[in-house]
Amino acid sequence: MRRVPSVVGGRNLKAGGLAAAMAVLIVFPLVFTNPTVTSIAVFTLLFMASATAWNVFSGYTGYVSLGHATFFGTGAYLFAIVAMRFNLSAGSSLFALVPVAGVAAMVVAVPFGLVALRTRRHTFVVITIAVFFIFQMLAFNLGITQGSSGIQVPTPNWSPWTFNNPFYYVSLGIVVFATAVSYFLRRSVLGLQLLAIREDEDRARGLGVPAGKAKLTAFVLSALPVGMAGAVYAYFLGQIFPQFAFSPLFDLSVVLMALFGGIGTIAGPLLGALLLESLQQYFTFQFSNGDLYLVIYGGLFLAVLLLLPRGVIPTVTDYLSRRRARRSSAPAARDSLTQPIGEPRTSPIAIVTGKAP
Amino acid sequence: MTVILEARGVSKRFGGIHALDGCDIEVAQGTISGLIGPNGSGKTTLFNVITGYERVREGEIRLDGRAITNMTPEAVFRLGIGRTFQLTRVFGRLSVMDNMLVASQHDASWARRAFRKAGSHGERAKALELLEFVDIARLANEPAATLSYGQRKLLEFAYVLMADPEFLLLDEPAGGINPSLINTLAERIRALNKEGRTFLVVEHNMEFVMGLCHNVTVMHHGRTLVSGDPETVRRDPRVLDAYLGGVGEDEEADGADGAGAPGAPVSDES
Ligand SMILES: Nc1ncnc2c1ncn2[C@@H]1O[C@H](COP(=O)(O)OP(=O)(O)OP(=O)(O)O)[C@@H](O)[C@H]1O
Ligand SMILES: [Mg+2]
Repeated sequence: MRRVPSVVGGRNLKAGGLAAAMAVLIVFPLVFTNPTVTSIAVFTLLFMASATAWNVFSGYTGYVSLGHATFFGTGAYLFAIVAMRFNLSAGSSLFALVPVAGVAAMVVAVPFGLVALRTRRHTFVVITIAVFFIFQMLAFNLGITQGSSGIQVPTPNWSPWTFNNPFYYVSLGIVVFATAVSYFLRRSVLGLQLLAIREDEDRARGLGVPAGKAKLTAFVLSALPVGMAGAVYAYFLGQIFPQFAFSPLFDLSVVLMALFGGIGTIAGPLLGALLLESLQQYFTFQFSNGDLYLVIYGGLFLAVLLLLPRGVIPTVTDYLSRRRARRSSAPAARDSLTQPIGEPRTSPIAIVTGKAP
Repeated sequence: MTVILEARGVSKRFGGIHALDGCDIEVAQGTISGLIGPNGSGKTTLFNVITGYERVREGEIRLDGRAITNMTPEAVFRLGIGRTFQLTRVFGRLSVMDNMLVASQHDASWARRAFRKAGSHGERAKALELLEFVDIARLANEPAATLSYGQRKLLEFAYVLMADPEFLLLDEPAGGINPSLINTLAERIRALNKEGRTFLVVEHNMEFVMGLCHNVTVMHHGRTLVSGDPETVRRDPRVLDAYLGGVGEDEEADGADGAGAPGAPVSDES
């Protein structure tokens, strides 16, 4: 009985925190009007959405995809090609293509998943990389993508001072959408099945979990926000090239962000992307050296592996709840928003080496 | 007597090892049947073949007369065959309750239910009831990884029951369980059997098997050696031979779980 009020209080606190975070995100571009800052914010939001979507599949199932850039590129190219083919004029209405791009990414994810998900562990990782490179090659070589000369996307003639804002809010919408998917999936029948698959796939099958269908559904679902992010990226930049739309760095970044924040949690990928992408963009602007962040990324990656093998969020919340437990000597409530349920066996090392369960 | 499960001429090889070598077995509907045999005689492998974890090229498995050979584990489960593992396989990072709920999502209407909230009121109530049945309900919110080995065995037993299987295959259910709980476990199995469920139980604890089972099949070298009621099997000299031969042969391979124990009661009798 004693726990009930504290849980309700925790829930209110969480709802309050969420509302405050949303309020900050909504007024952000109105307060920080510097286009450099809002542009960094747009990229950051796109990565927050992508890392969250990646986590919906890889974080929940333990199948590490290094091929989600396929969906990003597909979304970007769908946007650019449709805009070019149909001579669409720039403006807010072009954003209507964003969900279409997300659906296109899902369509690509179906055969991709059917092939890749026949395998597990290392083989799965390798196949996702292979499929990704096939798509990059296609973008380089197909007529419709115009190869390495890329595609120009119409640019709206909005005032330079507020130019970034529509992109910012659409990206924020994708983040909210991806987070909602992640949140509701976590609580759903499918979500539970995905977590069971991560623990012991064969055992789950022996308890009637249709593992094939469950994995494919999660894979396809996780492609949706990534494809949408790709479309916004194409529109925002005004032009796309194969090596940037289908970028191996995207794959690595998304994984690193999720690892950094806490894999399998809802808040982890958001936090990881928020910190890492804004940092990266900042460095790029500061030192106008496009590759410096690679060094920083490498260093960070090692630091996370060594110091925070479970990511920031689980480590911090564990520390807090242990402290709370010590104070009140009451059992600490488990927080499914930030906790990767129970003791994790999925260390980043296990994941990158494909040994994750 | 109707036969619920039937295996005919099932053979399974791992490299040079004939884990199953033309194995035949019949389980009568509504019975508790025992499956015993020395270490390495192929009991677990037979379970794996029946439940779709191993594929075979030779032989046939029938459930209620219908061939189920080489079906997937999920399909076999949906037909009403539940199974526990010799080395427990619970979902360590999920809570005990979530472990139970994983097993309740077995219907064919998966696509309709996949996006609903996991664990309806009814399912949770049923899960709690089953956890109480095996006496671990107080651990419902703990991660399964924190359970002791015996508690995990009980959890496996409980979550298999979530889907109301007609037929249960238990691989050494008493192994690692607190001796004071073994009688309770036998009681539980009997109670479920009274409800009409059929059991096939692999177990090295002879007292447990002989006291519980209506019928016992002995396997040796991947084949059925003897089958009959516990008394007949106990008296059969071939069984003793198998175990005596088996003890020396298998001691170095697997001394850990209850080797020695199987031999003793049998030799006492004859
Ligand atoms: N996956 C496998 N790969 C190779 N050999 C295997 C495999 N599974 C079983 N075997 C071998 O097949 C034989 C039968 O093993 P099985 O596990 O079925 O015996 P068992 O009767 O269950 O023994 P125990 O009483 O020790 O559990 C053994 O020699 C075992 O080493
Ligand atoms: Mg065995």
